Amino acid sequence: MSTPLVEMKNIEKHFGSVIALAGVSLEVHPGECHCLLGDNGAGKSTFIKTMSGVHKPTKGEIYFEGQPMNFERPRDAINAGIATVYQDLAMIPLMSVSRNFFMGNEPTKRIGPVTVFDHEQANDVTMAEMKKMGINLRGPDQAVGTLSGGERQTVAIARAVYFGAKVLILDEPTSALGVRQTSNVLATVDRVRKKGIAVVFITHNVRHAMAVGDRFTVLNRGKTLGTAKRGEITPDELQDLMAGGQELATLEGSLGGTV
Amino acid sequence: MTDGSNPNDADERVLARSRFREALIRPELGGIAGIILVFIFFLLTARDSGMFGPAGVMNWSIVSAQFAIIAVGACLLMIAGEFDLSVGSMIGFAGISIAILSVHLGWPMWMAIIATFIICVALGGVNGWLVIKTGLPSFIVTLAFLYILRGLTIFAAIATTRKTIIGGVREQAEGDWLASLFGGKVLTGVFQWMGDAGWIETFSRGTREGQPVVDGIPMLIVWAIALVIFGHFLLTRTKFGNWIFASGGDAQSARYTGVPVNRVKILMFMFTAFCATVFATCQVMEFGSAGADRGLLKEFEAIISVVIGGALLTGGYGSVIGAALGALIFGVVQQGLFFAGVESSLFRVFLGVILLLAVILNTYIRRMITGEK
Repeated sequence: MSTPLVEMKNIEKHFGSVIALAGVSLEVHPGECHCLLGDNGAGKSTFIKTMSGVHKPTKGEIYFEGQPMNFERPRDAINAGIATVYQDLAMIPLMSVSRNFFMGNEPTKRIGPVTVFDHEQANDVTMAEMKKMGINLRGPDQAVGTLSGGERQTVAIARAVYFGAKVLILDEPTSALGVRQTSNVLATVDRVRKKGIAVVFITHNVRHAMAVGDRFTVLNRGKTLGTAKRGEITPDELQDLMAGGQELATLEGSLGGTV
Repeated sequence: MTDGSNPNDADERVLARSRFREALIRPELGGIAGIILVFIFFLLTARDSGMFGPAGVMNWSIVSAQFAIIAVGACLLMIAGEFDLSVGSMIGFAGISIAILSVHLGWPMWMAIIATFIICVALGGVNGWLVIKTGLPSFIVTLAFLYILRGLTIFAAIATTRKTIIGGVREQAEGDWLASLFGGKVLTGVFQWMGDAGWIETFSRGTREGQPVVDGIPMLIVWAIALVIFGHFLLTRTKFGNWIFASGGDAQSARYTGVPVNRVKILMFMFTAFCATVFATCQVMEFGSAGADRGLLKEFEAIISVVIGGALLTGGYGSVIGAALGALIFGVVQQGLFFAGVESSLFRVFLGVILLLAVILNTYIRRMITGEK
């Protein structure tokens, strides 16, 4: 197999006396969707925050394209090509899709002595990128607030991809969405993966993970219980691993396998 | 959205909207509707009063321009998500500062004006810096400055001249190059020519016989127009304008994408202070004196103009053109009621009603545009 795009080795993170991560390893290859599963409190968020430069690991190494990396702040990770789409999306509902798309990276052109925001280019690019993702906008000046949750996720993903993300970290992108919107986001993940971008998909929904994942890593109480390839593991096994195997097994009987 | 299989088809769930409707649905609509309403009202009630003669137009234009100058600053600051309640006190402070430096200390007028601009813009920066560093609402921080600056202004005036009104500024400003940028008039030749040609009335008696009743455009109006154009351009046509919207829309999201939110906000506080100082300088040059109580309640008048103009109080949305229209409505109503011979206390009633109507209409329009609930 090729060199992984990102390799995290034995990452430990302590917050005072709390051990949030106790030696988690994971590697992500270009063009694959690596699902990171775990229940609430399993350490998923802490783990991706170390990957995106928000937290510095207490112990362990991070390699990016084979080189050891030491991210001091989120900007370093973004510059290296690791983009994170957070649950709150970094989108501003009052602003147009095109203004949001280029927020912080505005294209400019010069008219005489002044440098202006190149709205034409911004609008053209936004419309083209949205069309690629299967979203028809009324116009580039349509406000993000008028989009559905799934569409907003897609805009955020398209933005990260357009600005050169090599690794895309999606923090529970489907957790607040309806069925149809979820399938749209999963379709977007698939499109992005086919471009050769590595996707780290965080979720606690096994079915969503199974729909797009190439490999699955389950976190439980700050530890990884190993990585499985697609086809090597069943949804039930994943579900058991996430829950630690015990309580859910007993519940399963009484709930009739609905969890 | 569609399922993505036929991305070229129009989405059946996005209703087609007519061009007319598209053109109508904009942040300034409330302001435009207000202007039309106000002009119809005064054309009906005060047409014969001279309100729409040259002198009348000049009268309410000057008042509107005053509101517009401070509204531009307040508008950009509000869109960036902050308030400045110290605008009125800043106006008083700047005026007294110019008067003390020039009349009392005998500095050349241009030096007094430049020094005052530097002090006031720096104070605006302090306002912004405190808001950012303490994380307190700008409402509280600038409310403190409302009192601090007003108190300092009165103290400084009394400590230096034993008076709260300092005169003699006009004499000091005579022939000063910078003072004429604030107190002078432009196009005086054109107006004299129009008067001679009989297009506008001329004085028929007295020392100014033969001179037109309106003898030029005051620099105050030139400043107002220039600031509105600058503000509108900055907000809609530049990268920095996008940062202003982003900082006010959601500061955290803006930071995630690399917008220097703190810098944007502090600069907008400084710009608001700059606008207040322009207002004060024009006023001091016009009156020839500075008063420690000048600018009282101006912060609210600026905010009202901005809100009539369609800006969202919580930031992230608004228009400088809208704010200018709000200022025009404010000025026309204030002076128009005088021309119409209406009891002046009714001004506030009228203003309150317009404010309410404009804000209701604006909220409705904004929801249509942004999908806000």
